[in-house]
Amino acid sequence: MAVVEREKLLEVKNLKKHFNVGKNAVLKAVDNVSFDIYKGETLGLVGESGCGKSTTGRTIIRLYEATGGNVTFEGEDVHGKKSRKELKSFNRRMQMIFQDPYASLNPRMTIKDIIAEGIDIHGLAKNDKERMERVYELLETVGLNRAHASRYPHEFSGGQRQRIGIARALAVDPDFIIADEPISALDVSIQAQVVNLMMKLQKERGLTYLFIAHDLSMVKHISDRVGVMYLGNIVELAASDELYEEPLHPYTQALLSAIPVPDPEMERSRERIILEGDLPSPISPPSGCRFRTRCPHAMDVCASKDPKWMEAREGHWVACHLYDNELNTENKQQ
Amino acid sequence: MMKKILELNNVNVSFHTFAGEVKAVRGVNLHLEKGESLAIVGESGSGKSVTSKSIMRLLPEKTSEIKEGEILFEGRDLTKLSNREMEKIRGSEISMIFQDPMTSLNPTMTVGKQIMEGLRKHQNLSKNEAKERAINLLKLVGIPNPELRINEYPHQFSGGMRQRVVIAIALACNPKVLIADEPTTALDVTIQAQILDLMRDLQQKTGTAIILITHDLGVVANLSQRVAVMYGGTIVETGTTDEVFYNPKHPYTWGLLSSMPKLNSAEKELMAIPGTPPNLLNPPKGCPFAARCPYAMQVCVDHMPDVTDVTSTHKTACWLLDERAPQVEPPEAALVGGAR
Repeated sequence: MAVVEREKLLEVKNLKKHFNVGKNAVLKAVDNVSFDIYKGETLGLVGESGCGKSTTGRTIIRLYEATGGNVTFEGEDVHGKKSRKELKSFNRRMQMIFQDPYASLNPRMTIKDIIAEGIDIHGLAKNDKERMERVYELLETVGLNRAHASRYPHEFSGGQRQRIGIARALAVDPDFIIADEPISALDVSIQAQVVNLMMKLQKERGLTYLFIAHDLSMVKHISDRVGVMYLGNIVELAASDELYEEPLHPYTQALLSAIPVPDPEMERSRERIILEGDLPSPISPPSGCRFRTRCPHAMDVCASKDPKWMEAREGHWVACHLYDNELNTENKQQ
Repeated sequence: MMKKILELNNVNVSFHTFAGEVKAVRGVNLHLEKGESLAIVGESGSGKSVTSKSIMRLLPEKTSEIKEGEILFEGRDLTKLSNREMEKIRGSEISMIFQDPMTSLNPTMTVGKQIMEGLRKHQNLSKNEAKERAINLLKLVGIPNPELRINEYPHQFSGGMRQRVVIAIALACNPKVLIADEPTTALDVTIQAQILDLMRDLQQKTGTAIILITHDLGVVANLSQRVAVMYGGTIVETGTTDEVFYNPKHPYTWGLLSSMPKLNSAEKELMAIPGTPPNLLNPPKGCPFAARCPYAMQVCVDHMPDVTDVTSTHKTACWLLDERAPQVEPPEAALVGGAR
């Protein structure tokens, strides 16, 4: 986790993705999100359902066209007008692992064809023999064996299917993988297997991950840095240890205190911050800070002014008026 | 000694499928005391939901069968009751909360009507009495403006609010036992915290005994006094929550506890349990966990282990506890924070 001299792989700047949802209503799923991902790191993205974390992932890889802002991958703009050929070269370097291992594999294709689809499209194998060799190699890398190659997805368990999804993503030798809730559909003991596999592959191949999940303890485990999203905004971003030890944003604090820990004594003694109410509708989000309607520390200014995205400590970014020094000195003077 | 309100003795449940007989629950012994909360933990396919549905007699009659054993509710064997007798118990004496609040409510009925349904049927209340009670119930589960919201439909409620409605329906007739099948799995963490808080609060107020079915050990630690760990259709370990978390004896429990990342640990690799759960179409002859257990011996494969009493409340079915077996220490990762 060296902070110095890291090479940026991906830069996301003021990314916006709005959906038209009938009449004049606009759902701002992602609104002004900015972050960088450095080479070889894992950036975790957490938040509750509907906060825009999956949309962020999908917009980065251009499954959705961005409404505004830009995504730069190694200095090149991902969005914008592109020839087929240019798009193809991006697609080879950025891959995605999906949440539901039951829905993301075509039930009518054999495992070898699923895995080799990318190899075929990008012409990465010269002949059939080479193609099969790569498939076998990939199967072994993810802990399956050669005999599995000619089977169909329904013959596999959830954990095994997720391994196939990982093998498919690896087939084109990408630099960057977006994993959208890759473990939430799996059982606890299987989750650990998949997470261990992902970490092993990262070490061996120098992969960079964007790991999207709602399970905060798993995210902490796998990520170097973690970003917390709420209603289309990133509210806090910091190194994972720091974020979990000293969360600054009231939402992060509540989120962390809400995770039940498998320790009865701790559960009995723990003070929990229980947020009231539900997530407001992203179609008409609250003015100013979007969290203010549920925030235990909300002030008047939170309703009128958007909080600034600022570096409260080195490498620890937060968007909250509580940490705005200018504002606080103003308050003290009054 | 507290009074046992529900007792399962050697319950076996099978499903008849085209592929053959699936033995989903095999010889489960459980009891529930008045006013306590018991958690059944296990992975998908471990038989935890089937166990709870067999108590409620909600399993499909055509394809499933309670092959053996008895389920005693206040001394009456539920497996022997007629459907009509069971209807009187279901929803009034024993009620259930389901996992998915989106699908367990009727989208074409107002929320109030759904709460009143059980009240009218079981308690013979008049329409006005039932309505008043429904409003009180909504208030109890923390829904603001109950007088207005009673006339709304489920789609007008958020996920967390729907789960509150489901809880209100379950509690409508003051049941003695409440079975909660993954009540918070479909909810977000902050909403989960609200619902767990509500359930704990309601249990203290109403004294209802709760069977909580979950795969989340954090939820168990939060809500339950006792735990039963299920694997491959059998109960492998049961005890008070403290006993099972701080002094686990079964290797599967060790595996479960250590495969969860701890928020306060810097450990880089998780202890995963290798392999996958057994196929219950032909369950293994011996211990169901033997194939994935790092400590398995020949005897584990050949014979089902007996239940050993660790303490009067803590029981484990594992050959390692036999006096002839080698002494094995649980892996460090399985030791929970306050372990002694």
